[in-house]
Amino acid sequence: MSESHHHHHPHVAEAPGLPDASLVLEQALRELLIEKGVFTADELRFAIEAMEARGEALGAKLVARAWTDPAFKALLLDRPGEAIATMGLNLGVNELCVVENTENLHNVVVCTLCSCYPRLILGIPPTWYKSRSYRARTVREPRAVLAEFGLVLPEVVEVRVHDSTADLRYLVLPMRPAGTEGWNEAALAGLVSRDSMIGVAEVRRPEAVGMS
Amino acid sequence: MSRLAIGTRVRVRDLIHTGHRRTPVYVRGREGEVVRVVGPFLNPEQLAYGSKGLPAVTLYRIRFSQREVWGGTYAGAAADTLDIEIYEHWLEPVAAH
Repeated sequence: MSESHHHHHPHVAEAPGLPDASLVLEQALRELLIEKGVFTADELRFAIEAMEARGEALGAKLVARAWTDPAFKALLLDRPGEAIATMGLNLGVNELCVVENTENLHNVVVCTLCSCYPRLILGIPPTWYKSRSYRARTVREPRAVLAEFGLVLPEVVEVRVHDSTADLRYLVLPMRPAGTEGWNEAALAGLVSRDSMIGVAEVRRPEAVGMS
Repeated sequence: MSRLAIGTRVRVRDLIHTGHRRTPVYVRGREGEVVRVVGPFLNPEQLAYGSKGLPAVTLYRIRFSQREVWGGTYAGAAADTLDIEIYEHWLEPVAAH
């Protein structure tokens, strides 16, 4: 499955009542493709399984490596495609864009048009990311949305919203928390939550994972 | 070939364009600045209808002040910004004020 604009998903749970027209269309198309031998049912099942098995671990690893390796961080920000290729990753037709949080700048990602998301490195997007409410409000009142996620930012911090409308997929590089000096990459990766890489939260606090 | 250099002030064209398009209505007519020339991509507004998406179109990242996008009703800080990807045919350069 590519990173492109998939709105529907085979084998989704069905609501009671008549099926949605798009579900009927998906089923008809799927059955035809299988019948014509374009792919087998097992290949489709495998692709879904692989897609759903992905989580945010790859993203967390990228962030932790950037925190510990300045050369990798520079590459990740400047030429992210090359940076992820060192880990054997390739976003295909889409391109990764990494945006860095600092003391003065907080980045948050939304796709107002649909639900574009870097699935290869963060897995399946959370349900709220696809909600109309998050999509409409994050560009309109980002600080209010972030506050509802528990992240209240002072006025002196610039909030920058990235609307993922086209061919880029975004990863927020969160700030490395204080109190993690000397931590290795694996321990640091344990602090990096999915939501911190979408930009609706800070990373986990060191004391929260019992390492400090 | 890209026509707009980094730093160029641009306005998002308010095109009447039905069907699949990748420029949200809320930025149309707004002025921003080119912060990155991403490069050529197959035109998704053509790809959506089964064509090859040629000629390829240059994609830009455009930065807007949130106050410019939403006017006086934006409740956040004056420095808050919005970055968005827009294809060249949706952009026109704006003369410096």
